[in-house]
Amino acid sequence: MIDEKRKPVDVVVVGMGVAGTILAKELAQSQLRVVGLERGRMVTPQQDFRLPGVHDELHWSRDTDLMQDLSRETLTFRNDARQTALPMREMGSFMLGECVGGAAVRWGAVAWRFNPWDFETRSRTLARYGPHHLAPDCTSQDWGITYDDLEPYYDQFEHLYGIGGKAGNLGGVIQPGGNPFEGPRSREFPNPPSAPTRAGALFAAGARALGYVPFPQPTAAMTRPYVNPYKLHLGECTRGGFCARHGCAMDAKATPLTAVLPALLKHDNFELRTHANVVKVDLDSDGRQATGVTYVDARGRVVQQPAELVILASYVFNNARLMLLSGIGTPYDPVTARGVVGRNYAYQAHGRAQLFFDDRTFHRFMGGGGIGTAIDEFNADNFDHAGLGFVGGAYLSVVSMGATPIRTHPVPTGTPAWGSAWKKAVAHAYDRSFPIVAQGGCQGYRTNYLDLDPTYRDAFGLPLLRMTFDWHAQEQRMSQFTTQKAAQIGRALSPAQLDVHPLRGRYSIVPYQSTHNTGGAIMGNDPATSAVNGYLQSWDVPNVFVVGASAFPQNGANNPTATVGALACRTADAIRDTYLRRPGLLT
Amino acid sequence: MSSGAGPASDAGISGGPAPRALRYLTPAEARFLDAACARLIPADDLGPGALEADVTRFIDRQLAGPYGAHARCYRHGPWAEGTPEQGWQSPLSPAQMYRAAIADLDAHCVARHRAPFALLAAQAQDTLLQALERDAVALPTVRAETFFALLWKNVQEGFFADPIHGGNRDKAGWRLIGFPGVAAADYPAAMQRLEMPYAVAPVSIDDIERGRVAVDAQGYPVRGRSNGASDRRD
Repeated sequence: MIDEKRKPVDVVVVGMGVAGTILAKELAQSQLRVVGLERGRMVTPQQDFRLPGVHDELHWSRDTDLMQDLSRETLTFRNDARQTALPMREMGSFMLGECVGGAAVRWGAVAWRFNPWDFETRSRTLARYGPHHLAPDCTSQDWGITYDDLEPYYDQFEHLYGIGGKAGNLGGVIQPGGNPFEGPRSREFPNPPSAPTRAGALFAAGARALGYVPFPQPTAAMTRPYVNPYKLHLGECTRGGFCARHGCAMDAKATPLTAVLPALLKHDNFELRTHANVVKVDLDSDGRQATGVTYVDARGRVVQQPAELVILASYVFNNARLMLLSGIGTPYDPVTARGVVGRNYAYQAHGRAQLFFDDRTFHRFMGGGGIGTAIDEFNADNFDHAGLGFVGGAYLSVVSMGATPIRTHPVPTGTPAWGSAWKKAVAHAYDRSFPIVAQGGCQGYRTNYLDLDPTYRDAFGLPLLRMTFDWHAQEQRMSQFTTQKAAQIGRALSPAQLDVHPLRGRYSIVPYQSTHNTGGAIMGNDPATSAVNGYLQSWDVPNVFVVGASAFPQNGANNPTATVGALACRTADAIRDTYLRRPGLLT
Repeated sequence: MSSGAGPASDAGISGGPAPRALRYLTPAEARFLDAACARLIPADDLGPGALEADVTRFIDRQLAGPYGAHARCYRHGPWAEGTPEQGWQSPLSPAQMYRAAIADLDAHCVARHRAPFALLAAQAQDTLLQALERDAVALPTVRAETFFALLWKNVQEGFFADPIHGGNRDKAGWRLIGFPGVAAADYPAAMQRLEMPYAVAPVSIDDIERGRVAVDAQGYPVRGRSNGASDRRD
């Protein structure tokens, strides 16, 4: 039942986050009529992110309406197919966004590229270690594009978002001060790196003593005032903490709101509609062509928006769910391992070594924008994996996001969980402790996937997405290995106590880990094992593009946002320069 | 309701706090929380604990608002207890959970010790809290460890959240750990001289909104070095 049918447009973009805003902007520049649909509300940084209220940790980490309203829609979760999936009733392991700008409004602004190996995981592993190195149920695969294909678009995204850092590889020549393991860059970062923090400098000294090469982590919190290619001004970061999970009162964090939206809204041929909850991509009678999308508006009306081209650019989960609800592509079947939509859901595997000092303080409340110091020796295939029983790895880093007090009270292992002894330990350790984080990748597995839940429904009566996910031995071994490397560096710094926390046990949806969910609508060269091609175009319905981390065939160790942005830039180019001239499957 | 006790009888409990405006909790529930706060984060030589920091008031306000109702959480059945990895699966909202659990616990204490939790000796209170934490006490309505986890999470929130939410009185939680509160504009400079302690009196949102602390043109608080208790609110 359709209450209203809107005037047809050229392009409808579903979701106004990192990917959707870039795609809408790049396509609006080509004079196309573009409508952007966002199910959350408009956000105005000057109104929404004011001091001092934006430094309210409780509100911004738990209660903000910029997170998905789970009372309307959540997902269900189980560790394995023998269990009954139950709804994620509260936000926990990850924080889903719901507003113009998406989850990136509250991101931590850590802006890595993936390693070249990440794009060719399967073929490079086979070539270097032979056919038996990958676990039999591991379904990791190549992306269908290489790092070199994506490099110009990483560069484009980094200039849009004003990333600060130091190149470690310019055109194949290793540069002092940068990451020697990164893929070749075509040019330097647009902004200089952040100055090291005290904890970062200490970590760097320890890493150097062990022969590693520390470097500043790339950040999307401006290291100087910056004007981006869309002529938008971003302020310099004041390192006041309250960064991840918070908006920025200084317009110093590059987000869709600061780096893209004001320029996008200047296009008369672009229209933004908020509170527009897309429930379906409409297909023609034989299901081979999309005719537009159907959404429910703020008045509860069912609205049809016809469009020549549909771009799904919502979060990982909703991209996969909209494909499943619309019948685009064959749903993945874990029993036969056939089908593609929902396949290879992945996450990231975090371990850490927590250092406690008696005689040093670190001003842990300062920071923001993921300013930090990292090493990359144990990431991707930067080290020999022969005999280790896993692929991939982790980058090790010491980051200063601003240690907010509800979240941050590290205590040494063995401390009572509450009471006077706990209080004493918290008081002592709050500013005398930091973790060396081993943030690791996660491979794809036959048993980790997304599908539609048979029982639970959203407020519109549609099935919730169901996540079936658990850690595999490969991730446990990887985390054990990389966390021990972190601990070795930590010991070189002579802390009073050092606790090692590798990934352990089953995956739990309760404690916050990261909003680095991936997969479900993965890219590749083979329609039998991928939902979208190398341009993120549906194999089955070629006028639908599905853009985001949903396309990652498995997850690298590095934070995903820059790769999402780069993929969006590349898809925009492909649509503008190739698809529009000859609509159809891009090759 | 866990108890027929009204505000009039609240004042009659010796050693209890003065009557106060409660938005959700009954006086008996507030007494339970006062007692639990005093054990979970006790007052000691390091300073005030959760009781003195008004964490009961914080929890009362939280339970009276959208959080207490789980307003932004998925609340449809069917319901099942699930695995620990599947998280909160109670059909009760946090507000309902507190009401049911405190009634269960006080009844348990009365049956065992002939007194509600708030009137037990500290050691007996600790023993019961440990039993809750380990899920080693069977309550008729709720699962002990579920309630303990909720209580302990909310007590920490109330001790460390901005005082604008009703707890962290006098910024006791922030003073304990040396957290400066709302960030100042001098952090970039201070990061360059990290060997220097950054000893400042913490500034809360409440301080700024009530005009107790001046702000600069960008809205950052302008503050001096810490000078003890002179910035205490009261």
